[in-house]
Parts: sequence; C-alpha cells; structure tokens
Amino acid sequence: MMYQTGAQLLEYMKQNEMTKISEAVLAKEMLLTGKSEEEIRSRTAEHYAVMKQSAARALTEKVETVGGMISGDSRKMEDYRKTSGSLCGDTIARAMARALSCSEVNASMGRICAAPTAGACGILPAAVITVSEELNASPDEVIDAMIAAAGVGAIITENATVSGAEGGCQAECGTAAAMAAAAVVQLRGGSADAALCAAGIALENILGLVCDPIAGIVEAPCAKRNASGTVNAILSADLALAGIRSDVPFDEVVDAMYRVGRALPTSLRETALGGVAAAPSAKEISRRIFGR
Amino acid sequence: MADHSIFEVLGPVMIGPSSSHTAGAARLGRAARQICGKKFNAVHFLLHGSFAKTYRGHGTDKALAAGVLGMMPYDENLKDALAIAQRHGIALSFEPTDLGDCHENTARIIFSLTEGGTFYVQGSSVGGGSILITDIDGFETEISGEYPTIVIGHTDKPGVISEVSTVLAEAGINIGVMRVKRRERGMQASMTIETDEKLSAAVTEELMKLEHVNTVRVLNPIG
Repeated sequence: MMYQTGAQLLEYMKQNEMTKISEAVLAKEMLLTGKSEEEIRSRTAEHYAVMKQSAARALTEKVETVGGMISGDSRKMEDYRKTSGSLCGDTIARAMARALSCSEVNASMGRICAAPTAGACGILPAAVITVSEELNASPDEVIDAMIAAAGVGAIITENATVSGAEGGCQAECGTAAAMAAAAVVQLRGGSADAALCAAGIALENILGLVCDPIAGIVEAPCAKRNASGTVNAILSADLALAGIRSDVPFDEVVDAMYRVGRALPTSLRETALGGVAAAPSAKEISRRIFGR
Repeated sequence: MADHSIFEVLGPVMIGPSSSHTAGAARLGRAARQICGKKFNAVHFLLHGSFAKTYRGHGTDKALAAGVLGMMPYDENLKDALAIAQRHGIALSFEPTDLGDCHENTARIIFSLTEGGTFYVQGSSVGGGSILITDIDGFETEISGEYPTIVIGHTDKPGVISEVSTVLAEAGINIGVMRVKRRERGMQASMTIETDEKLSAAVTEELMKLEHVNTVRVLNPIG
C-alpha cells in the first residue's frame, strides 16, 4: 500500500510532488485508518502534550522509581547544566535532562507516551522539544515533525522490529533515535532524503546494542540510553544536514538492524541474563529490589 | 508485511514502565472485567511465565488490578490500584504459577462472583500493549479487544447460529470474524463474534430472547 520502505516513500513523494515526509505519512494514515487529517493531527498533538509533561515532570518534581535506581537523575543533570554548564553545550544538556525525566516518570509508573516503546520513551520528546525550542518552530511544524517521526518508526516496524525482546536495545532506542533524527531534520527544513539519511545514521551508530535491564526492570541502563539516544538523534541530524550521507541506504540499515537483532542470543534480549544485568553488582541490586 | 498505523509507534499513551507488562496487563484486566459483566468481591490472578517472574518490578499486579477495577491503561490512579481495590472491599490475590503451553505473559483472572460461584478469563499480553483473550471460563477463544466483540454461550442446536446472525443483520451489524466451539455435541457451546459496529444493550436483549442462547457478553474496544 502506497509505500512500506524508505525508498518507496521517497518515490511516492516524488510522484505526488510532496516535500515533507509528514505529508506522505498523513496520506497513508488517512487511507489506512479512514481518519481525517484533522483527527490524526489532533491525536498527535494529544500524544505530544503527554510527552511534554513527562519530559518536564521529573526536572522539578521528585519521583520515586519502582527500583530506585534512577530517581533524581534528571534533576542532577538539570542542576549541573544550570550551575556548572555542560561540556556538551546547553542545547544537548537540556535534551539529555528531558530524556532522563521521561525515563524516570516511566519507571515510577507515571504517564508517558511510548515512542516506539515505553523503555525508549524519552528520546523523541527530548530531541523534538529541545530542537523546536532552539529553532522557534511553530506548533504546526512540531506536529508535522512528530508525524514524520512516526512514519519512519512505522517503516521500521513493517520491515524489522521495535521490540527489545526481539531485537535488543538497538531495536528500541535505535528506532527512537532514527525517528527523532528524521523529525529534527524536517524541523530544520532539511530534505526528505536527508531525513532518511539521518535516520539511517542514527540506527547505524548503535547497531548491535543489547537489551540488558538490571533486575529485569525498565530503569538501568535504559535511562542513560535514552539520554545517549537523544544525542545520537541530534548529531545524526547534524551530520545529514551537513550533507553527509548514510553509509548504506536507510532500508539496508533497517534490514541490518533486524538481522543483527535476530543474531543476538536470548541472554541479550530483555531477559536480564546478560550484559550489565549479569554483573555481580547488578545481581546485588536485583536481590535488594526483590528481597531475595 | 502488514501496514501499521503511526499510533502504534507514537503511542500508546500509558502508565509506565512497560507496554507489555503494564499497559497490556491493564487492558487484559479491563477486558476480563467486561467479559465477566457481573459483580464480584474477590479476584485471584494466576501469573505465568515472565508475568510470574517479573510482575513486581513492572507493576503488573497493579495494572491487572486497575484493569479489573475498570481503569484505562493511561489512568494515573493505576499505581494505587491495590489500595483502591481494598477500599472497595475487593480482595485481590496473586499467585505465580505454570499455566502450561501458553504465551510468556499470560494471566488467568478468576472472579469470585457476589451472586456465588467463580468465573475466569485467561489471556496474554502479546507486545506493545496488545492483548489476546484465549480462554473464557473453559472455552477456548481468540479475542484481541480491538473490535467490538460478542461472546455467546448457547446450547449446541441446529439453527442457533443463523438466528444470532439474523438478529445482528437486522440491527445493521456486520460480522467480521466468527468462531464457534462446543464441549460435546448437543451440549454447551460458545460463539465469539467480532463486529464492525459498536454493540448496544438493545442488541444484547434481542440475543438473550433466542431460545438456545444462555449468556451474552459484550466487549467493546479497550482504549
């Protein structure tokens, strides 16, 4: 139907003289679901509002996470940014704090919007909120960017997986970063081709990343990977906007991610049996949380 | 390769931390409550596989409890569901167990009915918050909860299926999927019907009037 790959998306846009990825994504969503453009845009805006709340909440409010491993991290980052200034620069530091906030809210059983999953829910909000703030983007431009991001995520879902249990962290945080990279390129006025290059670069950058949650719960190292995934998205967007191309086309990176995911042993796919989750200190944390 | 709505990757809006172990569990509980459709004063949850091993860390117990209390997966009261149940005088218990050959994230939700007796619903959280109800009080089924669904308990007699479909047709309701199961010939049987249109109380009443129809349960889509 219309398109299912990045290459088909670009071809569809060319035939229909579209310039933004979000135009094609909207057209497909309308055909697929029978919903109007208005309905799709307003639902996107509702989801974005939830994202904004979760990106801000833990910066000012103390939230207790279930495992207690990451409580207060976003505030630490925010305070450090404000008092000492960040080595990464203020924009990146703000984005990192926001990503951590989303992860903390998620881990404390607060309300979030999965993008594409709950474990990776900080990356897209952090990147889009921060860059749109930086660029003074209009609300409509932000909604368009979110729709473009969702379109890129849908292509990955259709051709690979976004589940950590199936493809490792690269499938969750990698997809989130790819979605965010494409959104950021569109926000900055880059071409659809550049947006897909940015998505490809973001995925390529963390190809092979394993899913190894300590104690099997969505806190650590998940929160830090949301912070690094956000930076990955913004830097990949910058590379693509500079005219640097993805080493292989986006669709081939997606395919490579899927094949790498399937090659990962079960111990590195959300089972908490490998990676840092298998480290002695991680096992100690697990015993503390579960009382055994 | 199936097409996917963008809201599968830009959503769901939910209470964390896990779409499968929290949001899916809440939807499972809510679906079970709707299918049960009767007042209850206690619920026993049998937890299987990953649900049994990790339910505390993911708040699966709270999410299941929130669901049977009727909360949506994005309700911020979800984290307090155990206390809320207590305030409503509903006794909840959780038991990690082995339910045999089923999905890693499976729960059997057993209601103790106020009128006496028990009723159970078994289902799995199959990823991204999606669910599949697989067993309704001893009858195998497959309900996703994505579409309006009718579950009819009837006596296995000729003509019942046609009578049911006539009632639906007259109400302007289109049948998308229909499955029929029975225990023994001529005995208790069960029909699961997914429709395109939402189901009203009037339709349920009409179906209940049919001679060999014993129970009618309606499950409208869960958010």
